[in-house]
Amino acid sequence: MRRWFADHWVMTVGLMVLLYLFLPIAVVAGLSFNRPSNRLSYDFNAFTTDNWTNLCGPADLCDAVGRSAWIGLLATVFATILGTLMAFALARHKFRGRSLTNLLIFLPMATPELVMGTSLLALFTAGGLQLGFVTILIAHIMFCVSFVVVTVKARLAGMDARLEEAAMDLYATPFQTFRRITLPLVLPGIVAAALLAFSLSFDDFIITNFNSGNTVTFPMYVWGANQRGIPPQVNVIGTAMFAIALLLVLATNVRRRRGARVA
Amino acid sequence: MTTPETGDLRITNVTKRFGEFTAVDDLTLTVPQGAFFALLGASGCGKTTTLRMVAGLEEPTTGEIRLGDRDITRLRPYQRPVNTVFQSYALFPHLDVFENVAFGLRRRKQREVKGQVDQMLDLVQLGGFGKRRPAELSGGQQQRVALARALINHPQVLLLDEPLGALDLKLRRQMQIELKRIQTEVGITFVHVTHDQEEAMTMADTVAVMNAGKIEQLGRPAEIYEYPATAFVANFLGQSNLLAGEAAGQQGSDVLVGAYEQRFAVPAARSRTQRGPVFLGVRPEKLALVAAGAAVPAGHQSVAGVVTDSSYVGVSTQYLVRTGWGTELAVFAPNGGDAAQLAVGSEVTAHWNPQHAFLLERAPGEGDQTTPLLDSPDTVVGVGS
Repeated sequence: MRRWFADHWVMTVGLMVLLYLFLPIAVVAGLSFNRPSNRLSYDFNAFTTDNWTNLCGPADLCDAVGRSAWIGLLATVFATILGTLMAFALARHKFRGRSLTNLLIFLPMATPELVMGTSLLALFTAGGLQLGFVTILIAHIMFCVSFVVVTVKARLAGMDARLEEAAMDLYATPFQTFRRITLPLVLPGIVAAALLAFSLSFDDFIITNFNSGNTVTFPMYVWGANQRGIPPQVNVIGTAMFAIALLLVLATNVRRRRGARVA
Repeated sequence: MTTPETGDLRITNVTKRFGEFTAVDDLTLTVPQGAFFALLGASGCGKTTTLRMVAGLEEPTTGEIRLGDRDITRLRPYQRPVNTVFQSYALFPHLDVFENVAFGLRRRKQREVKGQVDQMLDLVQLGGFGKRRPAELSGGQQQRVALARALINHPQVLLLDEPLGALDLKLRRQMQIELKRIQTEVGITFVHVTHDQEEAMTMADTVAVMNAGKIEQLGRPAEIYEYPATAFVANFLGQSNLLAGEAAGQQGSDVLVGAYEQRFAVPAARSRTQRGPVFLGVRPEKLALVAAGAAVPAGHQSVAGVVTDSSYVGVSTQYLVRTGWGTELAVFAPNGGDAAQLAVGSEVTAHWNPQHAFLLERAPGEGDQTTPLLDSPDTVVGVGS
């Protein structure tokens, strides 16, 4: 017995950590199939698929999810374009203020969201902007850009600059070099950055809460619903989000493994 | 196949500076069309910078590079009929072997891509490997893909930047022969940059030894080896025993040299200078040993010493012989049969045929040089640091 433990304790601890990580998600998934006995209870009462079929039952839930998805998508597109361009500039060109920019790019990531939320609010109010969809979007793009820059830059830094020289040596114009060599090689980094940006935007609460006016995003809806009992459909959204993320990760892994087999 | 315009590669008074550092210093060089030309030097001597300027990846600070009648000094890399085999190959990891090789053809909108690529893959003995990714290939195979990818464009000049550096010794020897075969077959000018003197000598018909941004000597490998122009060349290309002495001018067909209270003579035809401080040079394999007191062949010159080290390396035995003034000479004695091994501590006489010695200029104050210049950065004189 002692011998068995000595041989397996790392594995045991590892499994317990995994359990610790996944138990909350399992509970969410379980609750998504639960019919609660009353609005404020979280006990497992009875199995049902109603929550899945009647997703938009609770008032405003689907609107909030749709709004969050839409903001997430737009913020992702803008932040990814801006951040990728910036990453290229920082990784490939030497210019005055480059190291300062490299430093400043970390600032939004290091600033507490609470501080960022209040300062953005002050800025928008001072600028006379109506709080709502647009201010949320501006705020989201802002805090996503840093993450995109850092992610894409890491990918660019890992890329052998000689590949581009080799392409030019083989009669590729600068544009063709970018299109045929640089972009395909950096693309995984850009995709990763975009996914990161989307998930950051989709579940942001603190900054959004300061700058949303009357607009309700999904995290804010959940926060509000919490006061009077969270509808079980929220668990469905949570489970679905988790499932989508899992599928994406699996798909990437399969692709990479296939690539590795070929490559 | 495009018909290459006839033309030598001519580099004229080219200088390249990176800030304060002069990488290439007023270099003038002509590579005849169809030559297998090696630029040999230690790391940091400017050989790779020279290559990159020919490729168009660096622009010379001053000077001119011409290919035949055409001035290519300021042309962009993709405008030059020049292709490069990069150090560690720089194969495109996301493209398979076929597309890697086809890359140049596709950029120039060539037709008959498939036929040409297949033919080229056959030439480098990689037929059937088209669908593989570079990461799936061994080092030697990747090297061939890099070669095929460059050669398929029928450049006027093919540049090779330390192409065999990443291969192990056996594969390297094999690829040396292979490269030479392919060069003979396609007849394209090869400019080969290497720090490996053996590689340069094996493959190239002309070798230029570079040091600190300048060419120290240029010639056929045997020429350079037998009659080096400078002390740097004498010790970079192979090994030499260089004894510090003073030349006292010509007498008859010889130049007289005094060193360590002995007098030597070197044929004037093998002397770079006739007066002043000199190095008297003899290659280790041109030295022979006899026991002290034994007769030295007529006409040979000699130095007495004591054997301090002996290593048996199969084809030869390498001795170190300490002279009366303390310098250790390297002597390679062939293990031809009758010569007995000499024990450490034996008193011996090292002798040589004066026809095998050479005389080089020496900066005043420089002492004997008998250790080879190993290829490590700290032996690079006056570069970088």
